[in-house]
Amino acid sequence: MKSFFIAASITALLASPALAGKAFISNERGNTITVVNTETWEVEDEFFAGNRPRGITVSPDGSKIYVCASDDNLVRVFDANTYEELPSLPAGPDPEVFIIEPSGKRRYIANEDDNLGTVTDTETRTVLAEVPVGVEPEGMGMSPDAKWVVNTSETTNMAHFISTEDYKIYHNVLVDQRPRYAQYTADGSRLFVTSEIGGTVSVMDIAEDGAPTVVGKISFEVPGVQPEWLQPVGAKVTSDGKRLFVALGPANRVAVVDAQSLDVLDYILVGQRVWQLDFTPDEKYLLTTNGNSNDITVIDVAKEEAVRSVQVGEQPWGVVTID
Amino acid sequence: MQFRVSPLLAALFLMLTTGYAAAIDVRAAVIRVDYQSVLPISRYDLRPDDLGFAGAVLGDEDNGTTGSFLGHTYETRHVTTTPEEAEAALDAILSDGVSLIIILADRDDLLRLTDKAQESSALVFNAGTADVDVRDTECRGNLLHTVPSHAMTADAVAQFAVWKKWTDWFLVAGSNPQDEALADAYRRAAVKFGADITVDRTFEDTGGSRRTDSGHVLVHRQLPIFTQDADDHDVVIAADDTDYFGRYLTYHLWTPRPVMGSAGLRPISMHGAHEAWGATQFQTRFEEATGRRVRPEDYNVWLALRVIGEAVTRANTAEAQGVRDYALSDAFELAAFKGQKVTFRKWNGQLRQPILLYDGAITVSVSPQEGFLHQNSPLDTLGLDEPETNCTAFN
Repeated sequence: MKSFFIAASITALLASPALAGKAFISNERGNTITVVNTETWEVEDEFFAGNRPRGITVSPDGSKIYVCASDDNLVRVFDANTYEELPSLPAGPDPEVFIIEPSGKRRYIANEDDNLGTVTDTETRTVLAEVPVGVEPEGMGMSPDAKWVVNTSETTNMAHFISTEDYKIYHNVLVDQRPRYAQYTADGSRLFVTSEIGGTVSVMDIAEDGAPTVVGKISFEVPGVQPEWLQPVGAKVTSDGKRLFVALGPANRVAVVDAQSLDVLDYILVGQRVWQLDFTPDEKYLLTTNGNSNDITVIDVAKEEAVRSVQVGEQPWGVVTID
Repeated sequence: MQFRVSPLLAALFLMLTTGYAAAIDVRAAVIRVDYQSVLPISRYDLRPDDLGFAGAVLGDEDNGTTGSFLGHTYETRHVTTTPEEAEAALDAILSDGVSLIIILADRDDLLRLTDKAQESSALVFNAGTADVDVRDTECRGNLLHTVPSHAMTADAVAQFAVWKKWTDWFLVAGSNPQDEALADAYRRAAVKFGADITVDRTFEDTGGSRRTDSGHVLVHRQLPIFTQDADDHDVVIAADDTDYFGRYLTYHLWTPRPVMGSAGLRPISMHGAHEAWGATQFQTRFEEATGRRVRPEDYNVWLALRVIGEAVTRANTAEAQGVRDYALSDAFELAAFKGQKVTFRKWNGQLRQPILLYDGAITVSVSPQEGFLHQNSPLDTLGLDEPETNCTAFN
């Protein structure tokens, strides 16, 4: 099993094989979601997604698209086929990122303004738990076995390991400044946490019981690019655990990292201010959102090179794909 | 590629995961020296009673949240005083064993209090004084600066003007010594970045009414006459540190030109409308904790407390010497909602940071500007660089 989002998409494939391959891109400033066909790479549609849409994901059955409409304080829900808007989920102030566990039952959301991780029941829409975390909680990563949620706090600079059994924090690991994203490998044995201002990716090995051990830190270096602009944000690992791709924000590059040795192998030039990443479900392509050039870059995963870019809406932030 | 495990990180990690962390109660103080001063030109610039202290409230809150995972608590005392009573106020704090002191005061009082604090081996953060010499010939080994210097803010404006190719300047300086010092910073910046000061004039401070009706009626006639017959210039640079005429310049010039410096486009460390780089979250937290918008003084105090917080979190020390050593070490870095990490200059204790260029409503631009290069950090194109320093207290 790969990352949770991909796993969810595979589930979607099995459940509803009629769906065509699509990528949904949230456009933070354009207030829309752009739908891109992942075979033809044509823009199929663009629809209103609420005010300041950022974090975007798909329901485990692949039928619904969820997006954090940050300025509406809502998670808006859309039908993945008709793009019709469904009843929204309450989200607390300024929701940015959230995850839904593979069973679809529980939702974990980072409430940046309240220093809380909130767990809600997706069916009854009730709050199950509020977990106090560090200042400005942002990134949310889930272990493949769904036993742990890792939340990163941007000003406290920690990765908080929250048990999904009792909603308690069992481990706090200090990382570099402004951690943005937490990504497990598909087998759950390793965790990567990106630090935007620190310019690094902290690497932790994960024991059977979920306990992390810091084993290294990846730094980046591109000739002709000021070190200050090498700002790691989004990250994805291939399902075989061999390659880590890291979006480097204003450096306009995606780093290709050997996920075992932690050697940085290459930098792929993409659009401007590259933010979040997602694989297509077959993992043939990696899509990047480029906030300042208003496009996505399509990277051929096997060749590790950019093959095309597709113009989307204004200031693309997040991307999720379905098959 | 680089691959390294810092022993410090490993040690910290062990402590965190095993639940063991030394409990530290961090105690700091903010001393604000209040002066008799005339009212600002604009009512919007009236000083709130909690100026500076509001930044400490948020600083304690932010540090405290992080500390709750490590067994660290933070308590910062807020002290207002007068120039006459400042030393006694500092004495009281020092004798209580507080050795991390943040000061909002004028140059002379800052130096006096810093030297006094040195007798108790206390560390001082300057959150209020922009005078260049306290970072240079008058620098102190126990004095770190979170507030940008006049040299940094003047360079920030100069870079923007030069980037715009507005290289012919009309410098209008106030007549008070503080205004003259600021004007000197602009004169140096012009030389440094290749601008020409084609006109250099001093607008005398003759006192008089400022905010009343006759204030604007008078300047309405005075400033056009004062600014006529000037050689060609692209931009007017106002050096009005004492705030008696700058705000009026914008629409009372003889020749219509953009105004920068003390009015128009102002170089500033933070303002309440700054949203980029996650700053919206900072603004929301600040407003919730304090009930008003942030001022630069608040941000400078918040920065100082965050520096202390980083030292406590990562180096497990709340001792003055330990905090100073960590802040000046290569390991130190801090995210400050300005798009890149901020760090200290090892030669004079100044926090290097981007400067926001603010028009009263939005962040118009941020310096350093693109294309101004530096062998170490583009941030060191702003203010006094290592080769030109006269500070020896950090050697």
